[in-house]
Amino acid sequence: MADMAQILNIVYTILIPVAVLFGFIMLNAAYLSYMERKTLAWMQSRMGPMMAGYHGILQPIADGVKLFFKEDIIPAKADKWVFIVAPLILLVMSLASFVVIPFGPPTRLFGILSPENAVPLWVTNLNIGVLYVLALASIGTYGVIMAGWASNNKYSLLGSFRSAAQMISYEIPMAFAIITVVLMAGSLNLTEIVNAQTGKWFIFTYVGPVVFFLYLVSGIAETNRAPFDLPEAESELVAGFFTEYTGMRFAMFFMAEYANMVVVALLISIMFFGGWLPLQIFPSVSWLGGMAPISWVNTAMRAVPPVLWLLAKVYFFIFCFIWIRATLPRLRYDQLMKFSWKILLPLSLVTLLATAFLKQAGLL
Amino acid sequence: MLHKAIFIYFAAVCIGSALLMITRRNPVHSVLFMLLLFFHIAGLFVLLNAEFLAAVQLIVYAGAILILYLFVVMLLNVDRESAAPRANRYWPWLTLFGLLISAEISFLVLRGSFPADAGQQPMTLAVGSVRDLGIELYTKYLVPFEIASVILLVGLVGAVMLAKKIKD
Repeated sequence: MADMAQILNIVYTILIPVAVLFGFIMLNAAYLSYMERKTLAWMQSRMGPMMAGYHGILQPIADGVKLFFKEDIIPAKADKWVFIVAPLILLVMSLASFVVIPFGPPTRLFGILSPENAVPLWVTNLNIGVLYVLALASIGTYGVIMAGWASNNKYSLLGSFRSAAQMISYEIPMAFAIITVVLMAGSLNLTEIVNAQTGKWFIFTYVGPVVFFLYLVSGIAETNRAPFDLPEAESELVAGFFTEYTGMRFAMFFMAEYANMVVVALLISIMFFGGWLPLQIFPSVSWLGGMAPISWVNTAMRAVPPVLWLLAKVYFFIFCFIWIRATLPRLRYDQLMKFSWKILLPLSLVTLLATAFLKQAGLL
Repeated sequence: MLHKAIFIYFAAVCIGSALLMITRRNPVHSVLFMLLLFFHIAGLFVLLNAEFLAAVQLIVYAGAILILYLFVVMLLNVDRESAAPRANRYWPWLTLFGLLISAEISFLVLRGSFPADAGQQPMTLAVGSVRDLGIELYTKYLVPFEIASVILLVGLVGAVMLAKKIKD
Protein backbone atom coordinates (compact mmCIF):
# COMPACT_ATOMS: atom_id res chain seq x y z
CA MET A 1 0.00 0.00 0.00
CA ALA A 2 2.85 2.32 0.76
CA ASP A 3 4.06 1.90 -2.80
CA MET A 4 0.63 2.76 -4.12
CA ALA A 5 0.58 5.96 -2.08
CA GLN A 6 4.04 6.84 -3.35
CA ILE A 7 3.02 6.32 -6.98
CA LEU A 8 -0.13 8.40 -6.48
CA ASN A 9 1.96 11.10 -4.87
CA ILE A 10 4.25 11.18 -7.91
CA VAL A 11 1.21 11.33 -10.20
CA TYR A 12 -0.35 14.21 -8.26
CA THR A 13 2.76 16.28 -7.64
CA ILE A 14 4.70 15.68 -10.86
CA LEU A 15 2.77 14.05 -13.72
CA ILE A 16 -0.45 16.09 -13.60
CA PRO A 17 1.24 19.51 -13.14
CA VAL A 18 3.73 18.72 -15.91
CA ALA A 19 0.95 17.61 -18.26
CA VAL A 20 -1.05 20.79 -17.55
CA LEU A 21 2.04 22.93 -18.05
CA PHE A 22 2.90 21.15 -21.30
CA GLY A 23 -0.59 21.74 -22.62
CA PHE A 24 -0.35 25.40 -21.65
CA ILE A 25 3.00 25.83 -23.43
CA MET A 26 1.87 24.04 -26.61
CA LEU A 27 -1.33 26.07 -26.78
CA ASN A 28 0.75 29.19 -26.30
CA ALA A 29 3.26 28.23 -28.97
CA ALA A 30 0.44 27.66 -31.45
CA TYR A 31 -1.67 30.70 -30.67
CA LEU A 32 1.19 33.14 -30.09
CA SER A 33 2.11 32.67 -33.73
CA TYR A 34 -1.48 33.61 -34.60
CA MET A 35 -1.32 36.60 -32.25
CA GLU A 36 1.98 37.69 -33.75
CA ARG A 37 0.76 37.42 -37.34
CA LYS A 38 -2.49 39.25 -36.61
CA THR A 39 -0.82 42.03 -34.59
CA LEU A 40 1.87 42.56 -37.21
CA ALA A 41 -0.76 42.57 -39.94
CA TRP A 42 -2.90 45.18 -38.19
CA MET A 43 0.13 47.35 -37.52
CA GLN A 44 0.98 47.19 -41.23
CA SER A 45 -2.63 47.80 -42.40
CA ARG A 46 -3.16 44.24 -43.56
CA MET A 47 -5.71 41.61 -42.55
CA GLY A 48 -3.38 38.74 -41.61
CA PRO A 49 -4.60 35.13 -41.74
CA MET A 50 -8.30 35.13 -42.72
CA MET A 51 -9.04 31.83 -44.47
CA ALA A 52 -9.08 29.06 -41.82
CA GLY A 53 -12.09 29.59 -39.57
CA TYR A 54 -13.52 32.90 -38.36
CA HIS A 55 -10.83 35.56 -39.03
CA GLY A 56 -8.27 32.78 -39.38
CA ILE A 57 -8.76 31.48 -35.84
CA LEU A 58 -7.93 27.91 -36.93
CA GLN A 59 -4.75 28.97 -38.74
CA PRO A 60 -2.33 27.54 -36.11
CA ILE A 61 -4.03 24.14 -36.39
CA ALA A 62 -3.81 24.25 -40.18
CA ASP A 63 -0.12 25.20 -39.91
CA GLY A 64 0.51 22.38 -37.46
CA VAL A 65 -1.13 19.79 -39.72
CA LYS A 66 0.80 21.08 -42.72
CA LEU A 67 4.17 20.96 -40.94
CA PHE A 68 3.41 17.54 -39.50
CA PHE A 69 2.84 16.00 -42.94
CA LYS A 70 5.75 17.72 -44.68
CA GLU A 71 8.60 15.55 -45.85
CA ASP A 72 11.40 15.41 -43.30
CA ILE A 73 14.61 16.09 -45.22
CA ILE A 74 18.07 15.55 -43.78
CA PRO A 75 20.72 16.96 -46.15
CA ALA A 76 23.11 14.34 -47.54
CA LYS A 77 26.23 16.15 -46.30
CA ALA A 78 24.76 16.95 -42.90
CA ASP A 79 26.05 15.49 -39.65
CA LYS A 80 22.99 13.32 -39.11
CA TRP A 81 22.89 12.87 -35.33
CA VAL A 82 23.83 16.41 -34.45
CA PHE A 83 21.29 17.63 -37.00
CA ILE A 84 18.54 15.59 -35.32
CA VAL A 85 19.49 16.42 -31.73
CA ALA A 86 19.93 20.20 -32.20
CA PRO A 87 16.24 21.25 -32.34
CA LEU A 88 15.47 18.85 -29.49
CA ILE A 89 18.06 20.52 -27.23
CA LEU A 90 16.65 23.95 -27.98
CA LEU A 91 13.04 22.87 -27.39
CA VAL A 92 13.72 20.79 -24.26
CA MET A 93 15.71 23.59 -22.65
CA SER A 94 12.98 26.15 -23.21
CA LEU A 95 10.26 23.76 -21.98
CA ALA A 96 12.30 22.79 -18.92
CA SER A 97 12.55 26.40 -17.72
CA PHE A 98 8.81 26.42 -17.04
CA VAL A 99 8.95 23.92 -14.17
CA VAL A 100 10.33 26.44 -11.67
CA ILE A 101 7.97 29.28 -12.61
CA PRO A 102 5.32 29.96 -9.98
CA PHE A 103 2.03 30.96 -11.62
CA GLY A 104 0.41 32.06 -8.38
CA PRO A 105 0.24 31.37 -4.65
CA PRO A 106 -1.17 27.97 -3.61
CA THR A 107 -4.83 28.10 -4.59
CA ARG A 108 -7.81 26.81 -2.60
CA LEU A 109 -10.06 26.96 -5.68
CA PHE A 110 -12.27 29.74 -4.25
CA GLY A 111 -12.41 28.21 -0.79
CA ILE A 112 -13.40 24.66 -1.81
CA LEU A 113 -10.20 23.11 -0.46
CA SER A 114 -8.93 23.34 3.10
CA PRO A 115 -5.77 25.45 3.58
CA GLU A 116 -3.53 22.39 4.05
CA ASN A 117 -4.79 20.87 0.79
CA ALA A 118 -4.20 24.02 -1.28
CA VAL A 119 -2.89 23.24 -4.75
CA PRO A 120 0.47 24.89 -5.52
CA LEU A 121 0.58 26.50 -8.97
CA TRP A 122 4.10 25.38 -9.78
CA VAL A 123 5.76 22.06 -10.54
CA THR A 124 8.68 22.56 -8.21
CA ASN A 125 9.64 25.42 -5.94
CA LEU A 126 13.40 25.31 -6.41
CA ASN A 127 15.52 27.41 -4.02
CA ILE A 128 17.77 28.50 -6.86
CA GLY A 129 14.95 29.01 -9.37
CA VAL A 130 16.53 32.06 -11.02
CA LEU A 131 19.88 30.35 -11.52
CA TYR A 132 18.13 27.30 -12.96
CA VAL A 133 16.42 29.42 -15.62
CA LEU A 134 19.71 31.18 -16.37
CA ALA A 135 21.56 27.85 -16.73
CA LEU A 136 18.96 26.44 -19.12
CA ALA A 137 18.99 29.62 -21.19
CA SER A 138 22.74 29.31 -21.64
CA ILE A 139 22.48 25.63 -22.63
CA GLY A 140 19.86 26.52 -25.26
CA THR A 141 22.63 28.24 -27.23
CA TYR A 142 24.04 24.81 -28.03
CA GLY A 143 20.92 23.93 -29.99
CA VAL A 144 21.45 26.95 -32.22
CA ILE A 145 25.17 26.34 -32.73
CA MET A 146 24.70 22.62 -33.38
CA ALA A 147 21.89 23.22 -35.87
CA GLY A 148 24.01 25.66 -37.86
CA TRP A 149 27.12 23.51 -37.82
CA ALA A 150 25.41 20.19 -38.59
CA SER A 151 23.51 21.57 -41.59
CA ASN A 152 26.80 21.93 -43.48
CA ASN A 153 25.54 25.10 -45.12
CA LYS A 154 27.42 28.37 -45.07
CA TYR A 155 24.33 30.47 -44.31
CA SER A 156 23.42 28.20 -41.43
CA LEU A 157 26.95 28.33 -40.06
CA LEU A 158 27.09 32.13 -40.30
CA GLY A 159 23.74 32.34 -38.56
CA SER A 160 24.84 30.13 -35.71
CA PHE A 161 28.13 32.02 -35.29
CA ARG A 162 26.21 35.24 -35.00
CA SER A 163 23.81 33.67 -32.60
CA ALA A 164 26.53 32.24 -30.37
CA ALA A 165 28.43 35.52 -30.17
CA GLN A 166 25.22 37.43 -29.53
CA MET A 167 23.99 35.09 -26.83
CA ILE A 168 27.34 35.07 -25.01
CA SER A 169 27.47 38.87 -25.11
CA TYR A 170 23.91 39.47 -23.92
CA GLU A 171 23.95 36.77 -21.28
CA ILE A 172 26.29 38.89 -19.17
CA PRO A 173 24.09 42.01 -18.77
CA MET A 174 21.14 39.66 -18.34
CA ALA A 175 22.86 37.82 -15.51
CA PHE A 176 23.78 41.13 -13.86
CA ALA A 177 20.19 42.38 -14.16
CA ILE A 178 18.95 39.17 -12.53
CA ILE A 179 21.58 39.42 -9.79
CA THR A 180 20.44 42.96 -9.07
CA VAL A 181 16.87 41.73 -8.65
CA VAL A 182 18.10 38.91 -6.43
CA LEU A 183 19.93 41.50 -4.33
CA MET A 184 16.73 43.55 -3.98
CA ALA A 185 14.65 40.52 -3.03
CA GLY A 186 17.31 38.77 -0.96
CA SER A 187 16.48 35.39 -2.47
CA LEU A 188 17.04 33.27 -5.57
CA ASN A 189 13.61 31.69 -5.19
CA LEU A 190 11.06 33.06 -7.66
CA THR A 191 8.17 32.79 -5.18
CA GLU A 192 10.10 34.80 -2.62
CA ILE A 193 11.06 37.38 -5.24
CA VAL A 194 7.33 37.93 -5.83
CA ASN A 195 6.57 38.03 -2.11
CA ALA A 196 9.33 40.61 -1.59
CA GLN A 197 7.37 42.97 -3.87
CA THR A 198 4.21 42.93 -1.76
CA GLY A 199 4.61 46.54 -0.65
CA LYS A 200 6.19 47.94 -3.79
CA TRP A 201 6.91 46.38 -7.17
CA PHE A 202 10.59 46.47 -8.09
CA ILE A 203 9.86 48.59 -11.16
CA PHE A 204 8.83 51.43 -8.81
CA THR A 205 12.14 51.48 -6.90
CA TYR A 206 14.88 53.98 -7.81
CA VAL A 207 16.98 51.50 -9.81
CA GLY A 208 14.03 49.39 -10.99
CA PRO A 209 13.45 51.03 -14.41
CA VAL A 210 17.16 50.75 -15.31
CA VAL A 211 17.32 47.08 -14.36
CA PHE A 212 14.07 46.47 -16.22
CA PHE A 213 15.53 48.09 -19.34
CA LEU A 214 18.69 45.96 -19.06
CA TYR A 215 16.70 42.76 -18.69
CA LEU A 216 14.22 43.64 -21.43
CA VAL A 217 16.95 44.38 -23.99
CA SER A 218 19.06 41.34 -23.16
CA GLY A 219 15.96 39.15 -22.96
CA ILE A 220 14.91 40.14 -26.48
CA ALA A 221 18.48 39.55 -27.70
CA GLU A 222 18.55 36.17 -25.97
CA THR A 223 15.39 35.04 -27.75
CA ASN A 224 16.81 36.17 -31.13
CA ARG A 225 13.89 38.47 -31.84
CA ALA A 226 13.83 41.72 -33.80
CA PRO A 227 15.69 44.10 -33.62
CA PHE A 228 18.27 41.49 -32.55
CA ASP A 229 17.30 38.78 -35.06
CA LEU A 230 20.62 38.77 -36.94
CA PRO A 231 21.05 34.97 -36.62
CA GLU A 232 18.00 34.53 -38.84
CA ALA A 233 18.22 37.72 -40.89
CA GLU A 234 16.25 36.65 -43.96
CA SER A 235 17.59 39.38 -46.23
CA GLU A 236 21.18 38.15 -45.93
CA LEU A 237 21.19 34.60 -44.52
CA VAL A 238 18.08 32.93 -46.06
CA ALA A 239 16.77 31.82 -42.67
CA GLY A 240 19.97 31.62 -40.64
CA PHE A 241 20.69 28.56 -38.54
CA PHE A 242 17.51 26.67 -39.47
CA THR A 243 17.76 27.11 -43.25
CA GLU A 244 18.06 23.37 -43.90
CA TYR A 245 15.28 22.23 -41.57
CA THR A 246 11.88 21.06 -42.77
CA GLY A 247 8.62 19.75 -41.36
CA MET A 248 8.37 19.02 -37.65
CA ARG A 249 12.02 19.79 -36.93
CA PHE A 250 11.47 23.25 -38.39
CA ALA A 251 8.36 23.59 -36.23
CA MET A 252 10.42 22.72 -33.14
CA PHE A 253 12.54 25.84 -33.64
CA PHE A 254 9.39 27.91 -33.77
CA MET A 255 7.91 26.28 -30.69
CA ALA A 256 11.19 26.87 -28.84
CA GLU A 257 11.22 30.52 -29.88
CA TYR A 258 7.68 31.14 -28.67
CA ALA A 259 8.27 29.18 -25.45
CA ASN A 260 11.38 31.29 -24.82
CA MET A 261 9.35 34.42 -25.41
CA VAL A 262 6.86 33.30 -22.77
CA VAL A 263 9.68 32.54 -20.32
CA VAL A 264 11.20 36.00 -20.77
CA ALA A 265 7.77 37.66 -20.40
CA LEU A 266 7.08 35.57 -17.29
CA LEU A 267 10.42 36.50 -15.74
CA ILE A 268 9.86 40.20 -16.50
CA SER A 269 6.44 40.05 -14.83
CA ILE A 270 7.77 38.10 -11.86
CA MET A 271 10.95 40.08 -11.29
CA PHE A 272 9.76 43.64 -11.91
CA PHE A 273 5.97 43.78 -12.01
CA GLY A 274 5.06 41.84 -8.90
CA GLY A 275 4.19 38.53 -10.56
CA TRP A 276 0.66 37.61 -9.53
CA LEU A 277 0.28 40.58 -7.14
CA PRO A 278 -2.58 42.89 -8.15
CA LEU A 279 -1.92 46.46 -9.20
CA GLN A 280 -2.67 48.89 -6.38
CA ILE A 281 -2.89 52.65 -6.81
CA PHE A 282 -0.85 54.38 -4.06
CA PRO A 283 -1.42 51.64 -1.45
CA SER A 284 1.07 53.19 0.97
CA VAL A 285 -0.18 56.79 0.80
CA SER A 286 -2.79 57.04 3.52
CA TRP A 287 -4.58 60.25 2.41
CA LEU A 288 -5.15 58.80 -1.07
CA GLY A 289 -6.14 55.36 0.13
CA GLY A 290 -8.97 56.96 2.05
CA MET A 291 -10.45 58.44 -1.10
CA ALA A 292 -13.42 56.31 -1.99
CA PRO A 293 -13.03 55.84 -5.79
CA ILE A 294 -9.39 54.84 -5.54
CA SER A 295 -9.92 52.42 -2.71
CA TRP A 296 -12.88 50.88 -4.58
CA VAL A 297 -10.67 50.37 -7.63
CA ASN A 298 -7.99 48.84 -5.42
CA THR A 299 -10.50 46.48 -3.82
CA ALA A 300 -11.85 45.47 -7.22
CA MET A 301 -8.35 44.75 -8.47
CA ARG A 302 -7.57 42.65 -5.40
CA ALA A 303 -10.63 40.52 -6.20
CA VAL A 304 -9.20 39.34 -9.55
CA PRO A 305 -7.56 35.88 -9.19
CA PRO A 306 -3.73 36.10 -8.98
CA VAL A 307 -3.18 33.77 -11.96
CA LEU A 308 -5.13 36.12 -14.20
CA TRP A 309 -2.96 39.03 -13.06
CA LEU A 310 0.20 37.14 -13.96
CA LEU A 311 -1.14 36.04 -17.35
CA ALA A 312 -2.39 39.55 -18.14
CA LYS A 313 1.09 40.94 -17.48
CA VAL A 314 2.73 38.16 -19.50
CA TYR A 315 0.55 38.72 -22.55
CA PHE A 316 1.04 42.46 -22.28
CA PHE A 317 4.82 41.97 -22.51
CA ILE A 318 4.47 39.48 -25.37
CA PHE A 319 2.42 42.13 -27.16
CA CYS A 320 5.26 44.58 -26.48
CA PHE A 321 7.77 42.17 -28.08
CA ILE A 322 5.62 41.97 -31.20
CA TRP A 323 5.16 45.73 -31.14
CA ILE A 324 8.94 46.22 -30.98
CA ARG A 325 9.36 43.82 -33.90
CA ALA A 326 6.88 45.82 -35.97
CA THR A 327 8.53 49.13 -35.06
CA LEU A 328 12.30 48.82 -35.00
CA PRO A 329 14.62 47.92 -37.89
CA ARG A 330 17.32 45.30 -37.43
CA LEU A 331 20.62 46.44 -35.91
CA ARG A 332 23.93 46.18 -37.71
CA TYR A 333 26.20 43.48 -36.30
CA ASP A 334 28.95 45.78 -34.97
CA GLN A 335 26.29 48.02 -33.38
CA LEU A 336 24.86 44.97 -31.66
CA MET A 337 28.20 43.96 -30.12
CA LYS A 338 29.16 47.51 -29.20
CA PHE A 339 25.81 48.05 -27.52
CA SER A 340 26.22 45.01 -25.31
CA TRP A 341 29.85 45.41 -24.27
CA LYS A 342 30.18 49.21 -24.16
CA ILE A 343 26.77 50.31 -22.90
CA LEU A 344 24.81 47.50 -21.28
CA LEU A 345 27.67 45.86 -19.38
CA PRO A 346 29.04 49.02 -17.67
CA LEU A 347 25.48 50.17 -16.98
CA SER A 348 24.61 46.86 -15.36
CA LEU A 349 27.75 46.94 -13.17
CA VAL A 350 26.98 50.49 -12.00
CA THR A 351 23.37 49.54 -11.29
CA LEU A 352 24.44 46.55 -9.24
CA LEU A 353 26.75 48.73 -7.13
CA ALA A 354 24.09 51.43 -6.74
CA THR A 355 21.55 48.81 -5.65
CA ALA A 356 23.95 47.43 -3.05
CA PHE A 357 24.48 50.93 -1.61
CA LEU A 358 20.75 51.75 -1.67
CA LYS A 359 19.96 48.48 0.04
CA GLN A 360 22.54 49.15 2.78
CA ALA A 361 21.17 52.66 3.24
CA GLY A 362 17.65 51.25 3.50
CA LEU A 363 16.38 53.38 0.61
CA LEU A 364 15.11 50.53 -1.52
CA MET B 1 16.78 2.11 -3.89
CA LEU B 2 15.56 4.71 -6.39
CA HIS B 3 18.32 7.02 -5.19
CA LYS B 4 20.94 4.39 -5.89
CA ALA B 5 19.53 3.61 -9.35
CA ILE B 6 19.66 7.29 -10.25
CA PHE B 7 23.22 7.54 -8.97
CA ILE B 8 24.30 4.53 -11.03
CA TYR B 9 22.67 6.05 -14.11
CA PHE B 10 24.49 9.37 -13.66
CA ALA B 11 27.82 7.71 -12.89
CA ALA B 12 27.56 5.32 -15.85
CA VAL B 13 26.69 8.09 -18.30
CA CYS B 14 29.53 10.24 -16.89
CA ILE B 15 32.07 7.49 -17.55
CA GLY B 16 30.56 6.58 -20.90
CA SER B 17 30.45 10.11 -22.24
CA ALA B 18 33.96 10.83 -20.93
CA LEU B 19 35.24 7.80 -22.86
CA LEU B 20 33.36 8.81 -26.01
CA MET B 21 34.68 12.34 -25.61
CA ILE B 22 38.34 11.26 -25.84
CA THR B 23 37.81 8.65 -28.55
CA ARG B 24 35.78 10.64 -31.11
CA ARG B 25 37.76 11.76 -34.14
CA ASN B 26 35.57 14.77 -34.77
CA PRO B 27 36.37 17.51 -32.22
CA VAL B 28 32.84 18.93 -32.39
CA HIS B 29 31.45 15.56 -31.34
CA SER B 30 33.97 15.48 -28.49
CA VAL B 31 32.74 18.85 -27.28
CA LEU B 32 29.13 17.67 -27.41
CA PHE B 33 29.94 14.56 -25.37
CA MET B 34 31.68 16.84 -22.89
CA LEU B 35 28.40 18.77 -22.63
CA LEU B 36 26.63 15.50 -21.82
CA LEU B 37 29.29 14.81 -19.20
CA PHE B 38 28.80 18.24 -17.57
CA PHE B 39 25.06 17.67 -17.47
CA HIS B 40 25.40 14.39 -15.63
CA ILE B 41 27.96 15.80 -13.20
CA ALA B 42 25.41 18.52 -12.44
CA GLY B 43 22.92 15.71 -11.88
CA LEU B 44 25.27 14.14 -9.33
CA PHE B 45 25.46 17.49 -7.51
CA VAL B 46 21.65 17.67 -7.40
CA LEU B 47 21.59 14.15 -5.99
CA LEU B 48 23.83 15.41 -3.16
CA ASN B 49 21.44 18.34 -2.50
CA ALA B 50 24.08 20.78 -3.77
CA GLU B 51 21.69 22.58 -6.13
CA PHE B 52 23.77 25.73 -6.26
CA LEU B 53 26.87 23.85 -7.38
CA ALA B 54 24.80 22.08 -10.04
CA ALA B 55 23.58 25.39 -11.43
CA VAL B 56 27.07 26.88 -11.32
CA GLN B 57 28.43 23.80 -13.07
CA LEU B 58 26.00 24.36 -15.92
CA ILE B 59 26.30 28.15 -16.09
CA VAL B 60 30.10 28.37 -15.86
CA TYR B 61 31.33 25.20 -17.53
CA ALA B 62 28.60 24.31 -19.99
CA GLY B 63 27.25 27.80 -20.62
CA ALA B 64 30.47 29.77 -20.86
CA ILE B 65 33.69 27.78 -21.15
CA LEU B 66 32.48 24.94 -23.36
CA ILE B 67 30.67 27.33 -25.72
CA LEU B 68 33.98 29.10 -26.31
CA TYR B 69 35.66 25.74 -26.97
CA LEU B 70 32.95 24.86 -29.46
CA PHE B 71 33.38 28.24 -31.10
CA VAL B 72 37.14 27.71 -31.53
CA VAL B 73 36.77 24.11 -32.69
CA MET B 74 34.18 25.07 -35.28
CA LEU B 75 36.43 27.81 -36.65
CA LEU B 76 39.35 25.39 -37.01
CA ASN B 77 39.61 23.04 -39.94
CA VAL B 78 38.01 19.86 -38.65
CA ASP B 79 39.11 17.58 -41.50
CA ARG B 80 42.79 18.08 -40.80
CA GLU B 81 42.32 17.14 -37.17
CA SER B 82 40.51 13.89 -37.94
CA ALA B 83 43.17 12.81 -40.47
CA ALA B 84 46.08 13.37 -38.07
CA PRO B 85 47.57 10.39 -36.19
CA ARG B 86 46.18 9.98 -32.70
CA ALA B 87 49.46 9.27 -30.88
CA ASN B 88 53.01 10.54 -31.10
CA ARG B 89 56.28 8.79 -30.17
CA TYR B 90 55.88 9.53 -26.47
CA TRP B 91 52.86 7.26 -26.11
CA PRO B 92 54.57 4.59 -23.90
CA TRP B 93 55.47 7.26 -21.34
CA LEU B 94 52.01 8.75 -21.40
CA THR B 95 50.44 5.31 -20.95
CA LEU B 96 52.74 4.62 -18.04
CA PHE B 97 51.81 7.85 -16.26
CA GLY B 98 48.15 7.28 -16.95
CA LEU B 99 48.30 3.82 -15.44
CA LEU B 100 50.23 5.15 -12.43
CA ILE B 101 47.65 7.84 -11.74
CA SER B 102 44.71 5.47 -12.09
CA ALA B 103 46.46 2.93 -9.85
CA GLU B 104 46.95 5.65 -7.25
CA ILE B 105 43.31 6.70 -7.41
CA SER B 106 42.01 3.14 -7.14
CA PHE B 107 44.43 2.42 -4.28
CA LEU B 108 43.19 5.46 -2.35
CA VAL B 109 39.54 4.67 -3.02
CA LEU B 110 39.92 1.04 -1.98
CA ARG B 111 41.86 1.92 1.20
CA GLY B 112 39.79 4.87 2.23
CA SER B 113 36.70 4.53 4.40
CA PHE B 114 33.51 6.32 3.45
CA PRO B 115 30.68 7.18 5.82
CA ALA B 116 28.08 5.74 3.47
CA ASP B 117 27.61 4.06 0.14
CA ALA B 118 28.08 6.15 -2.95
CA GLY B 119 25.15 8.48 -3.45
CA GLN B 120 23.48 7.41 -0.22
CA GLN B 121 24.39 10.32 2.00
CA PRO B 122 23.00 13.62 0.79
CA MET B 123 24.67 16.78 1.94
CA THR B 124 22.71 18.62 4.59
CA LEU B 125 20.58 21.29 2.98
CA ALA B 126 22.53 24.08 4.64
CA VAL B 127 25.80 23.19 2.92
CA GLY B 128 24.32 23.44 -0.53
CA SER B 129 22.47 26.68 0.07
CA VAL B 130 23.74 29.90 -1.43
CA ARG B 131 23.61 31.80 1.85
CA ASP B 132 25.83 29.37 3.74
CA LEU B 133 28.21 29.01 0.84
CA GLY B 134 28.53 32.80 0.69
CA ILE B 135 29.13 33.10 4.42
CA GLU B 136 31.85 30.42 4.28
CA LEU B 137 33.50 32.03 1.25
CA TYR B 138 33.55 35.53 2.70
CA THR B 139 34.64 34.62 6.23
CA LYS B 140 36.56 31.37 6.62
CA TYR B 141 37.95 31.13 3.09
CA LEU B 142 38.22 34.85 2.35
CA VAL B 143 41.96 34.88 1.54
CA PRO B 144 41.97 31.87 -0.85
CA PHE B 145 38.82 33.25 -2.48
CA GLU B 146 40.39 36.66 -3.06
CA ILE B 147 43.64 35.09 -4.32
CA ALA B 148 41.65 33.04 -6.83
CA SER B 149 39.87 36.14 -8.08
CA VAL B 150 43.18 38.03 -8.42
CA ILE B 151 44.56 35.13 -10.48
CA LEU B 152 41.50 35.29 -12.73
CA LEU B 153 41.98 39.05 -13.08
CA VAL B 154 45.62 38.51 -14.09
CA GLY B 155 44.42 36.05 -16.72
CA LEU B 156 41.96 38.61 -18.08
CA VAL B 157 44.50 41.43 -18.19
CA GLY B 158 47.03 39.10 -19.79
CA ALA B 159 44.59 38.14 -22.54
CA VAL B 160 43.85 41.80 -23.24
CA MET B 161 47.56 42.60 -23.36
CA LEU B 162 48.25 39.76 -25.81
CA ALA B 163 45.35 40.69 -28.05
CA LYS B 164 46.03 44.42 -28.05
CA LYS B 165 47.84 45.97 -30.97
CA ILE B 166 50.88 47.89 -29.76
CA LYS B 167 51.00 51.39 -31.20
CA ASP B 168 54.37 53.01 -31.71
